[in-house]
Amino acid sequence: MADRLAPVAVEHVAQVQEAVRAFDRVTVRGSGTKPALAIAPSYDRAQPLDLRGLRGIVEYEPQEYTFTARAGTPLAEVNDLLAANGQYLPFDPVLVEAGATLGGTVASGLSGSGRLRYGGVRDFILGVRFVDGSGATVQGGGKVVKNAAGFDFPKLLTGSIGRLGVIVEVSFKVFPAPPAYRSLLVHFPSFSPALEAIYALTTQPFDLVALDLLPGDEPTGAKEGWTLALRIGGAKALLASRLDRVQRILAAGDAVSSPAGDAEASFWREAAEFAWAPAAANLVKVALTPTQIPALESRLVATPVPCRYTVAGNVLWIAWPDALAKLDSILNELGLAGVVVRGQATVPWIGRAPTSAFARRIKSALDPHDKFAPLYPD
Amino acid sequence: MALETLISELTARIPPERLLQQRPQLAPYESDALTSLRARPRAVLLAGTQEEVIDAVRLCHAHRVPFVARGSGTSLSGGSLPIEDGIVIALNRLNRIIALDPRQRLAVVEPGIINLDVSRAAAPHGLYYAPDPSSQPICTIGGNVAFNSGGAHCLKYGMTANHVLGIKAVLPDGEVVQLGGASLETSGPDLTGFFVGSEGLFGVALEITLRLLPKPEAYRTILASYDSLAAAGQAVSDVVAAGLLPGAMEIMDRLAIEAAEASVNAGYPRDAAALLIVELEGEAVEVDAEFAHLRRVIERSGAGEIRVAADEAERARIWKGRKGAFSAVGRLSPNYIVQDGVVPRSKLGEALQRIEALSAAHGTRVANVFHAGDGNLHPLILYDGRVPGALERAEDLAGEIIHMCIELGGSITGEHGVGMEKRRHMPAMFSPDDLALMSSVRRAVDPLELANRGKMLPAGQTQVTAGQHEQAVTDHG
Repeated sequence: MADRLAPVAVEHVAQVQEAVRAFDRVTVRGSGTKPALAIAPSYDRAQPLDLRGLRGIVEYEPQEYTFTARAGTPLAEVNDLLAANGQYLPFDPVLVEAGATLGGTVASGLSGSGRLRYGGVRDFILGVRFVDGSGATVQGGGKVVKNAAGFDFPKLLTGSIGRLGVIVEVSFKVFPAPPAYRSLLVHFPSFSPALEAIYALTTQPFDLVALDLLPGDEPTGAKEGWTLALRIGGAKALLASRLDRVQRILAAGDAVSSPAGDAEASFWREAAEFAWAPAAANLVKVALTPTQIPALESRLVATPVPCRYTVAGNVLWIAWPDALAKLDSILNELGLAGVVVRGQATVPWIGRAPTSAFARRIKSALDPHDKFAPLYPD
Repeated sequence: MALETLISELTARIPPERLLQQRPQLAPYESDALTSLRARPRAVLLAGTQEEVIDAVRLCHAHRVPFVARGSGTSLSGGSLPIEDGIVIALNRLNRIIALDPRQRLAVVEPGIINLDVSRAAAPHGLYYAPDPSSQPICTIGGNVAFNSGGAHCLKYGMTANHVLGIKAVLPDGEVVQLGGASLETSGPDLTGFFVGSEGLFGVALEITLRLLPKPEAYRTILASYDSLAAAGQAVSDVVAAGLLPGAMEIMDRLAIEAAEASVNAGYPRDAAALLIVELEGEAVEVDAEFAHLRRVIERSGAGEIRVAADEAERARIWKGRKGAFSAVGRLSPNYIVQDGVVPRSKLGEALQRIEALSAAHGTRVANVFHAGDGNLHPLILYDGRVPGALERAEDLAGEIIHMCIELGGSITGEHGVGMEKRRHMPAMFSPDDLALMSSVRRAVDPLELANRGKMLPAGQTQVTAGQHEQAVTDHG
């Protein structure tokens, strides 16, 4: 590791093109908030490109609900600009305070708890400009909210972790931000009724912003049971009555707290920063559905680890303290696939091996000379 | 000959009533909703099972015969136009709902299922499938997936790709792959999203996992008339500037109103130059509060008549006129071309004025019905196909409108896809490098270019290099 090459500080797209043409192997980094995604053992000698200097908002027309920005732009800058115009990124980006960039957010494909309401990164990206493995700059998608022309490279690059091309600029759709939020934390003594509550809530026409499930009793700090955390947003005057309605369909007698104001905001901000996950642990995201959770829980119950189910049971975030082999085998057994975001992995993928026939062909077209790390291990 | 060997192998497997080869049997398949283009396939396979589709694709690959998968043939871009002497794989019989899981709000369907039938099946559970192209009573999910279909609700809910979680597909060489799954999230590149909108060039979707949504608790619909298209366009900007996020915002012009009235008698004000329909949806208390806000915005927007749908029947009538507008325009003219360009929403007024001027300059009538919230125009260019040269004049006008959309920073297609119709305009929107990579991807997936050959990518694309835009002309005349 010590003899890794010094990164090229990129300020112009042409530098990316030159580097891709000049070097045999190239890796990309932004602020390094998701370091495990860059792991590719055979690529230690690759030339790193640091894209933090390729930053800035290129276009923003609030009335269009769209913006275009360079890949190295910090999300914090994007969020501030949008907030000043009463708008936001509905996919609820993660690790914003840690310094995450827009390009890294697209490349990692990670969305936060708030993606429940309107969708994830893949649902809000409109266009992407990237340098492919031959050094050409390619534009996919567009800058308008609706577009069906050509292959959907913006979606393909979402979650591609720098292995299909170097993202240099992206266009996004944004929405008007809810003027206010309220949350409800409901404690359940055991897992099963908490999961039932998720089903009950998501099949009703409630506009929930987020619906997470976390171990323990969040308000008291006790270790027993599970806490369902839900969030709604909208006109301030209506929030209390809307929350009452939501609460009425949950079983009576459950312990409930309803944070408001700063406490409410910081509860969700901490979730987006993974404040609950010990820094030394492996941070892993697993995609799943609610019906797959009981089998997984029965395997994890023997070794309780910090975790959080988000997006109404569609994502598990887990902070795995030990070697990943055991988690890998549990996920494999259950047919679940995940990605290691932070920690000591040998490859970023974990669990069920990705089916790669289609991906392999796409990779060969975008990166014919293997300039970028392999998408999946052979 | 490879084609005849393929036919004899298919004949050995498929009963004759499901392997159409006679001219009268083939006639309905020679064209889709872009009726100005026709091509006669060698045979049409009415596939009965997924295995038959996989078999047929493998045989086509083995014998190097191009094929086109087809649903209901509602493509307005010629996306399901057959290949002359190729095979059509008709998927309408593959219309099962394989699984409906209301608790997880999922449906796994075959490609031949009709869009609206998904919502019908989900309705008893209080759920629905959100993408609603105007053709939803007949178009199939397979076609929606191939062309990333839209509808009236895309600003808030996105397009088909935003509602497809997983796809089992047969690639053009017969390999079967599973992309994505049932979770709202995945790990790795969004291959499902990449497959959607690939216009059949990546093969045939066999099973599609759809995300269902809870049916909104309340809808509030308002209809406002304006004395100019520009004023209606400005009202849309006002609604957006007010921070509202309507489920749908639609505009119709005088010609479209006239046609809709004559056809379905929706009760629209007849003297208006433009009509705006805005609909809010969501939780009842929220929708009520937002609707009061919306109403104030519309009242201040210079509207003539304002109508608020008092009940579901009135709401349905307002939408009936809008959704039936395309077919209604058929009463005004023997033929028409539907354009599908997109402009930034703030440029709607400018775009409409320029379309009006182009229409006058070409002496060709244009009716406008469009998704104003998305900036997705649908100029209907009217012509009489029996008049020599009329189609060509209409196509010239369509081309000018498309170039205007690109010039204003938009797209050549919002939801109908490129198909046959707009592929010659691809080089105006994408650079030679962009197109070269699309072409490489196409050949990496389908080296023989068998799957829906000739669609989306400009003709001769494999040879297109910088400065050679002019060679990218259509070969259908």
